Amino acid sequence: MKYLKLLIIMAFTTVLLFAASDLPYRGDADNQMNQEVSMTGTEVPGNYYIQEAYNDAHTPNIVTVILGDYRSIDTLGEQIVIFTAGLITFLLLRNRKEEEGESDDE
Amino acid sequence: MTNKEQSPIILLGTRFLSPYIMLFGFYVIFHGHYSPGGGFQGGTLLAVSLLLVRIASGTEIASLQFKDYLATPFAALGVLIYFGTGLVAIFTGGYFLDYEQLPIPGLEAADLRYWGILIIELGIGLTVMTVLVLIYDNMVKGEDYA
Repeated sequence: MKYLKLLIIMAFTTVLLFAASDLPYRGDADNQMNQEVSMTGTEVPGNYYIQEAYNDAHTPNIVTVILGDYRSIDTLGEQIVIFTAGLITFLLLRNRKEEEGESDDE
Repeated sequence: MTNKEQSPIILLGTRFLSPYIMLFGFYVIFHGHYSPGGGFQGGTLLAVSLLLVRIASGTEIASLQFKDYLATPFAALGVLIYFGTGLVAIFTGGYFLDYEQLPIPGLEAADLRYWGILIIELGIGLTVMTVLVLIYDNMVKGEDYA
């Protein structure tokens, strides 16, 4: 069993290294991820963000413009998730004493 | 909470350190337009400045800095700031969260988007700060009750 696990790990490492040897370089201008048009012929939205983010919002940080303006409904959802987590701790932990006290009084 | 002896060095050290962490949190929120940062990161730093005093000196002294019953209303207020910004944009004739339609006079569209992003980042920071303080307070109270 031990050798079987070792064999599986080695095979998986070989597959990953084979896949990684074919990755393009990060700053290469001919990469597919740096092209203005995707493989299916449609225009890539990141192209628009990089070119027009400062003109749209006068903000140098592109990430802030994407999170706060273009994708702001997603950020609203994240904030509501955090708020819900706080309310769940409120419901789970805080009311325990009052319920026990009422049951003792009754 | 058990009554152990409180060290004045830890108490004064955390009281000295807390305002500077809070100032750095506000810097991270307001400078998020120009550098890495924003509401979530800045709100976490603000929460750290409040939790430091709470851990070091107990809930009674820390309630002089931030009352524990204010945490839940402020968390809801942060969500309402974000959601209300979107609703105001709807009522003045735009889409939901379309900052160009915010009724602030004397600004062009791009500057309105700048200020709209800043308003929602403040709402996020308020919610994150108060929710982290709320989780700590509720855990401490549950420990007392159990």
